[in-house]
Amino acid sequence: MSATDSTEHTRRDFLYVATGVAGAVGAAGVAWPFIDQMRPDASTRALASIQVDVSGVEPGMSLTVKWRGRPVFIRNRTDKEIEEAKAVPLADLKDPVARNANLPADAPATDTDRSAGEGKENWLVMVGVCTHLGCVPLGQAGDFGGWFCPCHGSHYDTAGRIRKGPAPENLAVPTFAFTSDTVIEIG
Amino acid sequence: MKNVLNGLAALGLGLAAVTAADAAEYPIKKPVQQDWSFAGPFGTYDKGQLQRGFKVYREVCSACHSLNLVAFRNLEDLGYSEAQVQTIAAEYEVQDGPDDAGDMFMRPAKPSDHFPAPFANPEQAAASNNGAAPPDFSLIAKARAVERGFPTFVFDVFTQYAEGGPDYIHALLTGYGEDPGEHEVPEGTYYNPYFISSASLAMAAPLSDGQVTYDDGSQETVDQYARDVSAFLMWAAEPHLEARKATGFTVMIFLILFAGLVYLTKRKIWAAVH
Amino acid sequence: MSAGHSTYTPKTGLGRWMDARLPLPRLVYDSFVAYPVPRNLNYAYTFGGILTIMLVAQILTGVVLAMHYAANTEVAFNSVEKIMRDVNSGWLLRYLHSNGASMFFVAVYVHIFRGLYYGSYKAPRELLWILGCIIYLLMMATAFMGYVLPWGQMSFWGATVITGFFTAIPLVGDWIQQLLLGGFAVDNPTLNRFFSLHYLLPFMIAGVVVLHVWALHVTGQTNPTGIEVKQKTDTVAFTPYATVKDAFAMIVFLAVFAYFVFYIPNFLGHPDNYIEANALKTPAHIVPEWYFLPFYAILRAITFNIGPIDSKLGGVLAMFGAIAVLFVVPWLDTSKVRSAVYRPWYKLFFWLFVLDAIFLGWLGSRPAEGTYVVMAQAATLYYFLFFLVVMPVLGLIETPRRLPNSITEAVLEKKSSAAVPATEQAKG
Repeated sequence: MSATDSTEHTRRDFLYVATGVAGAVGAAGVAWPFIDQMRPDASTRALASIQVDVSGVEPGMSLTVKWRGRPVFIRNRTDKEIEEAKAVPLADLKDPVARNANLPADAPATDTDRSAGEGKENWLVMVGVCTHLGCVPLGQAGDFGGWFCPCHGSHYDTAGRIRKGPAPENLAVPTFAFTSDTVIEIG
Repeated sequence: MKNVLNGLAALGLGLAAVTAADAAEYPIKKPVQQDWSFAGPFGTYDKGQLQRGFKVYREVCSACHSLNLVAFRNLEDLGYSEAQVQTIAAEYEVQDGPDDAGDMFMRPAKPSDHFPAPFANPEQAAASNNGAAPPDFSLIAKARAVERGFPTFVFDVFTQYAEGGPDYIHALLTGYGEDPGEHEVPEGTYYNPYFISSASLAMAAPLSDGQVTYDDGSQETVDQYARDVSAFLMWAAEPHLEARKATGFTVMIFLILFAGLVYLTKRKIWAAVH
Repeated sequence: MSAGHSTYTPKTGLGRWMDARLPLPRLVYDSFVAYPVPRNLNYAYTFGGILTIMLVAQILTGVVLAMHYAANTEVAFNSVEKIMRDVNSGWLLRYLHSNGASMFFVAVYVHIFRGLYYGSYKAPRELLWILGCIIYLLMMATAFMGYVLPWGQMSFWGATVITGFFTAIPLVGDWIQQLLLGGFAVDNPTLNRFFSLHYLLPFMIAGVVVLHVWALHVTGQTNPTGIEVKQKTDTVAFTPYATVKDAFAMIVFLAVFAYFVFYIPNFLGHPDNYIEANALKTPAHIVPEWYFLPFYAILRAITFNIGPIDSKLGGVLAMFGAIAVLFVVPWLDTSKVRSAVYRPWYKLFFWLFVLDAIFLGWLGSRPAEGTYVVMAQAATLYYFLFFLVVMPVLGLIETPRRLPNSITEAVLEKKSSAAVPATEQAKG
């Protein structure tokens, strides 16, 4: 008697557990579209990387483009600006790390590592968002001839490195590459 | 009371007129049902057909009909690579701007751009086409369907018939012909018994045999062109059809199994009561 | 929400702590666990639960669609298409929401007809029935305004026609119409306010649903016999008996719902709504969504003037009257017997009424010309006769079949008649 009772019991328990598990799987399946719809949509993702033609940007000129909803500064630096930036000893820097998404995270903030690299040192590509509280700094302004954030007075040098003021980090360099001599792909 | 009598009299007249009203129903002929790869519960798009249909759209339809809601990036669904899509997009010019001087300018299209329209606005489109603006094609395959009538529409639930749009487009494109003389065909319109809202339409037969060159060996006939462009337009209107049907299969299987489990549970629980 | 005495005894310390401060677990236990339900409820009684999950499903999908939708005539149509094309799973959510509205009405119609068949509106459940009618009205308003949001041709012209009803009201009609539209025609202000109200009303529905369930739990469910619960053997506990039965019905219902969403998502819609609204071009036939078609047929059936009331106002009055009559059904039915099971004549008239309603729905989709109008007039006449003549008169003259003494007895009788068929049939 107890034997049949317990098999009956096991079978019933199995049925209840299976039904419960199926219900949980179903609930999770239903939940997914509701979460999925919050992610960036296809039209937004299509603009996750952009191509910028910089053929018209002469030395001493800048271009601001919108990338992923934020400004990106592209500057063709003058020789003077490059020299000024190179002359700064790393010890003087408030943030000694390059903050360059194309380089290892611990790369030093030398002028070359901040720029587009050997041979393209005149090109500086940076996300134009102050690392303090997210304002957009003004170009060719401030105590170091680079960028100056009017919100809380952060001064960046000609390589976009923080030199004075409340901002903790150098302006971020996004992932980018020259797809040809005159076209930069950002992102 | 007099009003009621008047109403009844009007009703009588209405009854007499009913046959005439029914005869004036359009379209004159119902579309013939075609076989589509995307029909039924396991339907998928035939990528080769979509590419051919896209070619027909590009070389013939796009002169007048816009495709506003479709972006070049969507063409990857047709089996094109990212590079091919970039090349196709670059063949189109889109307006951008304003530039630093405040002027709008033209530039080659990018994959993120939508297909540029052949006309600047509906008024220009109408003015260039004898007053009849060619409709946008993004949703045309879902925006046209000839009424199926009772009881066919009931059977459609079970046969999953949802291809009224492509059937209609195919019928229209292949249905031009001589007016048998029973209908009024105004000047500047073309007789087509499949046209949904009258006996003739402002668009002349747009396709002719051999007009578009296919490089995959498919027949270069009006029928084939019509079939391919109808499939392409169905894709344009319902790009997620394949994902929908594939997801549906999983969901239906799950629900049937789950229903079975719950039914058994229910029987077990109620066994003691009955 | 339960009448009777609470049998809830918290088992844990936390449970006791909670019970002394906010006895929510007690409320849930008394209303949805220990709550007694008649043991003879059939599957027609599962639609209340189905309606609850449909309301929740519509609110959930609606809230996420609102994250992507833009209620502005310039972009509304395209924002819906963006949901269909670009938003992740957007096509699924949108088809769930649009087909969900239809399924919601399928369920509510079964629910209402079940109430009419088994006499669920009779004393002491009049308020329960009226609250249901209010929910139905709110559902209609919500569905109508929701249909305007995609800003297709049917959205626009449907809104134009429906708001046009109000112009039939003498003297203040035009003023009311302009008040509703926020202009002289359907336009951006209309779309904006419809969106706002479409978002608001479902939560009001949820509020009235709480009252509806409360009222239900005070009087208890009716059941196919129409006899009130008399003894403990007449009932079973809500959980697990009713919950598992409801769950099974819900899943079967969801399977039908999913079939529409995944395989024929546009079957219940109108092709014209994939054409952007154009104030200068009216579609050949304007038809409302299928769930409004019977009332649309009634509206158009009144083609004649009745005394001082012209046909336009007459049509609108008939249409609203067709809904208003539902509110007084508890007082129109004079029968002492509740359930149609024991009322052979009422049963006949009831099924005729169901056919009549379906027939009216079909007529609503036809053009209002010729024989269609005559048929609609006949069907409208029966619609009102059913409520205003059949219900009061039949209750007085009909001889009902013998009623069992209790639910338990009815269940046992049914079992024995299933074992020895046709003995009861002969008597009936």
